[in-house]
Amino acid sequence: MKRLFSLLIAAGLLTGTAAQADVTLLNVSYDPTRELYKDLGAAFAASYKADKVTINTSNGGSGAQARAVIDGLQADILTLALAADIDAVSKNAGLLPGDWQKRLPDNSTPYTSTIVFLVRKGNPWKIKDWNDLVKQGIQVVTPNPKTSGGARWAYLAAWAYAEKTPGGNAQKAKAFVANLYKHVPVLDTGARGSTTTFTKRGIGDVLLSWENEAHLALKETPGQYEIVYPSHSILAEPPVAVVDKNVDRHKSRAAAEAFVKFLYTPAAQEIEAKDFYRPRNPEILAKYKSQFPNIPLATVDGDFGGWQKAQSTHFADGGIFDQIYQPGK
Amino acid sequence: MSAIGLKIPLPRSRHVLPGFSLSLGFTLFYLAGIVLIPLLALVIRPFELGWDGFWAAISTPRVLASLRLSFGMSAFAAVIDSVFGFIVAWVLVRYRFPGRGFLDAVIDLPFALPTAVAGIALSTLYAPNGWIGSLLVPYGIRIAYTPWGVLVAMIFIGLPFSVRTLEPVLGEIGQEVEEAAATLGATRVQTITKVVIPMLMPALLTGAAMAFARGVGEYGSVIFIAGNIPMVSEIAPLLIVTKLEQFDYAGAAAIGVVMLAASFIMLLALNGLQAWSASRR
Repeated sequence: MKRLFSLLIAAGLLTGTAAQADVTLLNVSYDPTRELYKDLGAAFAASYKADKVTINTSNGGSGAQARAVIDGLQADILTLALAADIDAVSKNAGLLPGDWQKRLPDNSTPYTSTIVFLVRKGNPWKIKDWNDLVKQGIQVVTPNPKTSGGARWAYLAAWAYAEKTPGGNAQKAKAFVANLYKHVPVLDTGARGSTTTFTKRGIGDVLLSWENEAHLALKETPGQYEIVYPSHSILAEPPVAVVDKNVDRHKSRAAAEAFVKFLYTPAAQEIEAKDFYRPRNPEILAKYKSQFPNIPLATVDGDFGGWQKAQSTHFADGGIFDQIYQPGK
Repeated sequence: MSAIGLKIPLPRSRHVLPGFSLSLGFTLFYLAGIVLIPLLALVIRPFELGWDGFWAAISTPRVLASLRLSFGMSAFAAVIDSVFGFIVAWVLVRYRFPGRGFLDAVIDLPFALPTAVAGIALSTLYAPNGWIGSLLVPYGIRIAYTPWGVLVAMIFIGLPFSVRTLEPVLGEIGQEVEEAAATLGATRVQTITKVVIPMLMPALLTGAAMAFARGVGEYGSVIFIAGNIPMVSEIAPLLIVTKLEQFDYAGAAAIGVVMLAASFIMLLALNGLQAWSASRR
C-alpha cells in the first residue's frame, strides 16, 4: 500500500513537471453571479496557458456561502457580495489573512454594482425616488438583511439617502428605514427569492434590486418591468479573494491568483460590463455608459466607517435592523 | 455489544426467544450513535455562552414571538389534521369506491415531496395572484405571506401522520362494535362519542403528536409561504438559520435547545395522556 502510494506521488510529480497539469478551482460566490462566472471562467480557461484550468462555481446567499467555507467547503476563490463575509472567513477560520482586501487593486473589487428600483410596466405608482417608497399603500420587496448581502446594500442605500437629504441626520435615517420596512410584506432569505416573489408571485410595487439583477430581469422578460434609478444610491463593492490555506493545500495558488488578476484585464472587464456589472476600467465603463447611469453613490468606507462598523451597528443582534422590528420603538 | 447486556441482571427464563441481551445492546448502541450523541453535541454548544448569554439569546421579544408562532401554529395544525385525518381515514377504511387506491396513495405525497417543492407549490397557489389566493382576495383574506401561510404549510405536511396512524386502528375495530352499540340502544351520536372515539383516542393522540413534532421542526416548506416578517410570521427554525448566517453558532444552538426541550416536554405529556386514555378503557 505504502509503495503504491509513493509510486503514485512520483507519477504525479513526473507528469506535473513534464506537461500542463489539470487544475480545478472552486469559486464560491453569491447568488446572482451564475451567468457572470460562467462567462468569466470560460474566458479565463481559454487564455491561461500554464495549466489546464477548470473553474467550478458554487452559488448561494453570501452569508451562507461564507459559513460553508468556514465549515470546510474547499473554496480556492471567494467572490462574495460584501467584504464583511470574507472578513468572517478570515476571522472565524483563519483561511486568509485579515488584510486580504489590500492585496488586489480597488479594494479587491474588480467590478462594482449598485441598488436600483425595479417597478412594474408603465411605473403605475410614479415611483421616482426613495421617499416615494414610503407613500401610503406602496409595497416594497427586498430580502432579509440578516441573510442576504444584497439586502444589506439596499438597507444602507436607503439609510444614506435619508441621511444626505437636506436636514437629514442619523435619527431621521433610522425613522425612514423603519418606515420603509413597514412597507415590506415579504422578507425572503436571498436576492433571487425576492426577485421571484416580485416577478412570479406578483407581490409588491417595487423591488429593491442589484443593478445587474434588475437588468437581467429586464432582459429575460422584456416589456414587463422598468428600472428606476433613484437620486442617490450606494456603491456596492463585491470583493474577490484567494483563500490562501486552501490553495496551498490544493497546490492551485498560481492558477487561483492568475484568475483573480484576470478579472481586472480589459477582456474580463468587457464581460463583466456585458453581464451588467460596472467595470472598474474607465474606458470600458465609458463604452457602456448608457447602461450605467451616473448617480451619486454613498460608500461603506466613507459614510458608514467600513463594513465591520456597519455590520455591528446595523445588522448584528440587537442592532438597528432588529430595533426597527421591536414593538413600541 | 453483548457485554453490555450481560451486566444487566434480568430473569432470562421469561423470554421464549433468545437474543435479549444482544438486541438490547444493539438498541442502546444504535440509539446512542444516531440520536443521543448528536443531541448531546447540540446541548453542549450553548454552554460557551454562559447562563446569562444563553438567557439573553433566547429571551429577546423576537425569539419569543417566533417560538410562540412555531409552537402555536404546529399545535393548531395538529388539531386540524386530527379532525380531517380522522374523516379521511374513516372514508378510506370503511368505504369501497372507485379511485380509493389512488386517494390512498395521494395521502403519502407530503411525506415524499421535497419540502421546498411543497413550499413553492403552496405559495404559488395561495399568493394573491394564485388560483386559490385570487379567489380569497375579494373577501380581504390573505393566506400566503401571513401567519396563516405557516398554518397551511404545517397542515399539509402533517396530514399523512394523522391518517396513517388512525387507519390500522380503525380497520381493527370492525363494524360489529358499532352494531352492538346500536342493538343496545345507543343513538348514532352516542355510538361515535362513547364507543368509536374513545377506542381511537390513543391513535388520534399519537397522530397529533407526530404532526405537531413535524410542524415544529419544519423549515423548507414554511419559509416560502410565511413572509418571514420578524414578530409576525417568522418561525423559530428560520431564526436559527439567521443566527448561523451571522456565524453565531452558540446562539443558534441556544434556540435549538429551547425547541428541543419544549418539544420533548410536550411529546412526553402527549405520551402520558395517550397511556392514560388507553388504560381507561
